[in-house]
Formats: sequence, C-alpha cells, structure tokens
Amino acid sequence: MKRLILAAAMALALPAFAVTPDEVLNDPALEARARELSKELRCLVCRNENIDESNAELAADLRVLVRERLVEGDSNDEVIDYVVNRYGEYVLLKPTTSGANLLLWIAGPAMLLLAGGVGVAYVQRRRKAAPLAEERLSAEEEARLKDILAE
Amino acid sequence: MIVELGHFALVLAALVAIVQMTVPMVGAARRWPGWMAVAEPLATLQFLLVAASFAALTYAFVTSDFSLRLVVLNSHTLKPMLYKVSGVWGNHEGSMLLWVLILALFGACAAWFGGNLTPTLRARVLAVQASISVAFYGFILFTSNPFLRVAEPFPMNGEDLNPLLQDPGLAFHPPFLYLGYVGLSMAFSFAVAALIEGKVDAAWGRWVRPWTLAAWLFLTIGIGLGSWWAYYELGWGGFWFWDPVENASFMPWLLAAALLHSAIVVEKREALKSWTILLAILAFGFSLIGTFLVRSGVITSVHAFANDPERGVYILAILAVFMGGALSLYAARASAMEAKGVFGLVSRESALVFNNVLLAVAAFVVFVGTIWPLVAEMAFGRKLSVGAPFFDAAFTPFMVLLTLALPIGAMLPWKRGNLKRTLQPLWGVLVLALAGAALIWTLQTGRSMLAPIGFALAFWVTGGALVDLWKRTGRGDMSSRFRRLRNLPGADWGKAISHSGLAVTLFGIAGLTAWESEDIRVAQIGDRFEHAGYEIELQDVSRVPGPNYVSTMATMAVYQNGREVAVLTPEKRDYPVAQMPTSEAGIDNGFLRDVYLVIGDPQADGGWAIRTYIKPFANWIWAGCIIMGLGGVFSLSDRRYRVAAGARKRRSAATGVPAE
Repeated sequence: MKRLILAAAMALALPAFAVTPDEVLNDPALEARARELSKELRCLVCRNENIDESNAELAADLRVLVRERLVEGDSNDEVIDYVVNRYGEYVLLKPTTSGANLLLWIAGPAMLLLAGGVGVAYVQRRRKAAPLAEERLSAEEEARLKDILAE
Repeated sequence: MIVELGHFALVLAALVAIVQMTVPMVGAARRWPGWMAVAEPLATLQFLLVAASFAALTYAFVTSDFSLRLVVLNSHTLKPMLYKVSGVWGNHEGSMLLWVLILALFGACAAWFGGNLTPTLRARVLAVQASISVAFYGFILFTSNPFLRVAEPFPMNGEDLNPLLQDPGLAFHPPFLYLGYVGLSMAFSFAVAALIEGKVDAAWGRWVRPWTLAAWLFLTIGIGLGSWWAYYELGWGGFWFWDPVENASFMPWLLAAALLHSAIVVEKREALKSWTILLAILAFGFSLIGTFLVRSGVITSVHAFANDPERGVYILAILAVFMGGALSLYAARASAMEAKGVFGLVSRESALVFNNVLLAVAAFVVFVGTIWPLVAEMAFGRKLSVGAPFFDAAFTPFMVLLTLALPIGAMLPWKRGNLKRTLQPLWGVLVLALAGAALIWTLQTGRSMLAPIGFALAFWVTGGALVDLWKRTGRGDMSSRFRRLRNLPGADWGKAISHSGLAVTLFGIAGLTAWESEDIRVAQIGDRFEHAGYEIELQDVSRVPGPNYVSTMATMAVYQNGREVAVLTPEKRDYPVAQMPTSEAGIDNGFLRDVYLVIGDPQADGGWAIRTYIKPFANWIWAGCIIMGLGGVFSLSDRRYRVAAGARKRRSAATGVPAE
C-alpha cells in the first residue's frame, strides 16, 4: 500500500497537469501532429499512461521534446525514431512489428482463422450428422417432466 | 472482542467449506442421500459465518478501531462514513474477504434455488464451489489476514484510504466486479460437476444460463462504474485505457458474453456442449488470471494494490490447480458429450458459433496484448509496452464484425434458415443506417470515418433488434400485435434490450472519440472565452475545506447563445493525510454532450490553467452499459427460469424428500 501511494504521488503530485498552456505550439497543424504523436508515447514513470495525459514532469519534458523536433521540421516517423533512440522501445505504446513482436500482431488474425476453421468444420459436421435417436427418459426424469409441465 | 469473533468465524467457515467440499462429493459418488444432503445446510452455514466475519471487519472500520493493522493503513477518523464502509474492500485483505463472502453467497444461492437440480448434480456443484472457497480461505488466512492487530501503543489515527478511491463511483465498483468474477465460479462449478457426472443436456444449459447471465450483468455494471469513475475523476475525461487491470475484467466479460450465447445452443438444441463446458472453465480461469494480475504485482497498474510475490505465487497455485484439474477432467470426459442437434450452415446455431468465435478470439487478443510485455521481457529480453494504440487497432475489427453480423444472426431461425428471407425485413434498416452514415459524413468536417461507421453499426443493431421484436408478434392487426409484443417472453425483450445497449455504448464511444474538442489556456479571474459554441467565464477561485481534504475550487459559468447553461465548480483536492491531490472535473451532463471543465495550476501572472472539453455523446457509453444490464434483468425474469423454483416447492410439500 505504501508503495502504491508513493507511486501514485509521484505520478500525480508533481506540478504540471497534462498539456499545459505554455507548451501548446502556435501552429495548430503542428500542435495537432504533436498531440497525435504524444498519444503513442508512454510516460516512462507512470502506469500505462501516454505523455499527452500524464501529469508527470518527465512526460512534460517529452512533450516539449516532441514539439521541438516538430518545429525543427522532423516528420512524424523521425520524431518517433528520435525518441525511441533515446529511451528505447519501452516508450512506444504501439509496439513495432519487428522480430518477435510479429507474433503479437498476427496472433489475433491467425487465431481468428484457426477458430473460424474449427467453427466451420464443426458446423459442417453437425450439418451432415444423422439425427441421433432421442434417448429415452428415465422413469425419474419422466416423473419430473410431468411435474414441471403441470406447473 | 468483535474482531476476534470475526477472525474465528472465518476459520470456522474454512472448516465448514472443507467438509462441504468432501462429504457431498463422496456421497454423490456412492449415491448416499444423507451425505449428499449435507451440502445445502453447510452452504448456508458457510455463508452465515463469512457474513459474520465480514460484518466484524466492517464494524472495526466504522468504529475506527486502530488496533487493527488494516484499519490503521486504510482509514481515518475524519473520513466520511460511506468511505469508512467502502474502505473495507478498498484494500487487498478486505477485498479478498468480500470475494469469499460473495463466493459463499453464490454457493448458498445454488443451495436455496437449486431445487430443480438432480441431487447428485446439486451435491457436486456445491462441493466444487466449496473447494474454490477453501482455496481462498487458505489464501486469506495464510497470506492476507485482515484481522491482524498492531502492537501497542495503538496509533492515534489512521493513514487514510487512497483518495482516488474515496468516491461514490468507486465505492461500488469492486462489489459489482466481484459479483461478476465470482458469479462465473458458479458456471465453473456447474461445468466441473457436469464433467464428473458425465452428462450435459438441455436442462444443464438451462441451469447454467441464469448464473452466467447474473455474472455477466454484474460485470457489465462493474466495468461501467469503473469507466465512469475514470471519466470524471482522472481529469481528462478518458473512459477506457486498456490498462492491464481493466483488461483483466474485460476478458471474463467477453467470455461470459460468449458463454451466455453458447449455453442457449445447449439449452435449445443440445449442441456445442463440450465447447460450452470449456468456455465455462475458461471464463472463471480468466477471473482468476485477473485476480493474479491485480494482486501479484507482476503488472503495475492503478489498481494493483498488493505487490507481494508470495501472494502472487499462492494465486498462481490456485489458478494452476483449478485450471489444471478442470482441463484434465475436460480432456478425459469431453468426448463423451455427444451433440444431438443437427443444423444447416445458415442457421441460428451457426450464427451463435460465429458469435462465439469472434468473442473468444477478441478475448484472446486482449489476453495476448496484456501479457505480451511480460513474455517479451522473459523470452526475448525486450522491455516494451503494449498500450491503447495496439488494442484499438487489434480489437476494434472484432467488434465491427460482431455488430455487422448481429442483427442477421439474431433473426435467423433455428436448424435451417434462408438468408434471403431473414434479410428481407432488415433491408430498410440497412438502407437507413447507410443513409444516416452518409449524411454524417457530409455534415462533419471530413475528419474521420469513425463517427459514420459507429452510427451505421449502432443504427443497424438497434433497428435490427426492433424489427426482430416486431416480427415476433406474428401477423394480424396492430392492436393484437401490440398486445402480443407486451406478452413476449422476458428473454426476447432481454435480447433486444441488451443488443440495443451494446449499440448505444458503441455509438457513444465512436461519437466521443470522433467529435471531442479541447481547449487549453490560461484565464484570469473574470475572463470570458469561447470554445466550440460555448462561452466560459472564470468567475472565482477559492480555497474550500472538506472533511478530510482542502479544495481549490473554481466557479465557472457556461453560456450558450448568451444564455447561462450551467455554473460548474471544478476542484483540485489535497488530502493532507494521504499526501495526495485529486482532481474533480466540473461536468455539465447532457444528452448530446458534456461540458467538462478542469482547473489546473495557478500561473505566475495570477491566472489559472484551464482545460475545457466538449464531449459529445459521452453519457451514451454508460447509458448503454445500464441498458445492457437492464436487458440481463429482463432475461433473468423470464418465466422459464422460475419454473424450477415453483417445481421445488410443490415437490417438497408433496413428498418431503428429494426423489432419488
């Protein structure tokens, strides 16, 4: 509990509050791009928050950094590359598709194909199955059935 | 004294559960009626004991008994009474006690309302349920005992509850979630009992459905409450963050929804049996995985309140025993579950198979995304994050496919259908949905496809639900059709209402995401500024003392067309004991939009940082959750589920002893 409070305090007690007025760029197009990029970058000291929403000081530094790169004329990809070079891929909320991460990205579609295949096979089997002869009810079940139907 | 009694009651409850786990199980195997009959009174007794234990802990919190460690760590004399009570489950130990309380409650309900079950199945269900209880009693007593005292001298006051949790929305969020998580334990117990019994039939499907429905309904409300809380409390109006712990509650929800639908096939058509059993096992398994994720500290998150590795290992062991045991049993017995129903490729059965494929794979995607950082670090040495952008991209297609297929599947007849005939009454809805989407596309300033698609899908699903209801009234003149509409079974209404609720939520999400607008600025007191058709005036900022916090409260007036719409008071609260600030947004709730104001920090020039959001259709998200829940209530009220209770009364009056 202590550690949670500490962590929470770290994330919330620092002065800034997400994007502050002085960070906002004058060029609305650049600012919009900065906001988009900020949503894909993780606040490194927070729990699963992007830097756009985070109140932490480090997130504010990153927001300013992203805006500086944009003002310098970087493309979106160049900004992301720059940040990843400095902080590692941990900073990306949307993981890359490189290496083992490919597994993560194809897991869904692959599973859908597999499950869909199994589903279709099952339906095909049920379609061709001969209707089973209805099992006879036991005497006890017969009695209960009567009981229920009499309700 | 009362605390000791509570502790003692908990130990007794554990002992009762051990007997309830073994005696009826043996009795069912040997067909000894006396041994089987023990299960029911024991289930009631176990519930009463845990309830007493829970009451004792609540008493300690309410009276601020600072000789209790848990109360010292999580309470304070100045805390409002509501949060003294909710503080009982606002921490790891207390929430586990709530968990076993609900577990015992469900067990007792199965004993009270299970009159229509065969005696062996009832005995086995209660025994399996008790075995889950035993595992969690052990967990509480050995690793997370809420009744531990502190050494004298006792502290004068407590350290207060995490201020983020001191909120009405969050006070009731955990109980609902647990009702959902633990409700799935009933489905699990039924599945395992049926595997032991070696028999799954239509009656089993009918018994398992109300429990699953109840669990799903509580999960829906619990998740909705959590999301609503995040919206107004965290200060920027987000409603879903794909946080590991949110995912932990979302996966069981998806699987419960799948189970709900597949159990219908078991009940009506005696097919999909072994898949339904597997789903019931997995759904509860994901509840346990959720518990593990939250309490082990493996994944950090807002909700992770216990980061004690020992506890993590214990929960992992529970997970391994129950999933391992149930799945082995499943592997051994599932092949005996012969399907009976025969159906064609185009049929309600096939549509429900499709529904299950989508929901299960969607849950799988969420699962993979949630544990991927762990896998990548352990297996590949890569430290990475998987956040909202991944889930948005990977999960959304499943919801689109699901809602596209939903109205058609919902109207297909059982056994064998004709796609053309089913689609015929739906063409109108489809055309209107597309026309509306096109209209929205031209009216908006060409930003995103999200809103038109969201609207079309929501209209398609809701319209489809209405057409389905109307078609069910058959032919004839209007008045007799309306009469029949009123008399349709609860399940039919429940289906239409729940599906519409889903549509309302989806539209809310699409509308909010696509059309939200935001303004960030520094305002001086007395400033009036314009944003998205509203004028906002910062009238005053003052310090206001609260019961256990100090608030910085702004008074802001919102005008539209020169007329005052609302006066809002966004706050920043400081909790001195917990040393933590929280933000309370000022929100003017509306049918079509929320005006959402947040006050930030004082600026050097004497002004205040102010954020203004216009959030279109925000309330639709939670309204949809409520509507979905309401649909669940309608379904539960269906007469067919009450037949069981009535039958029991009659029989026990007539014979006194269950027939065996």
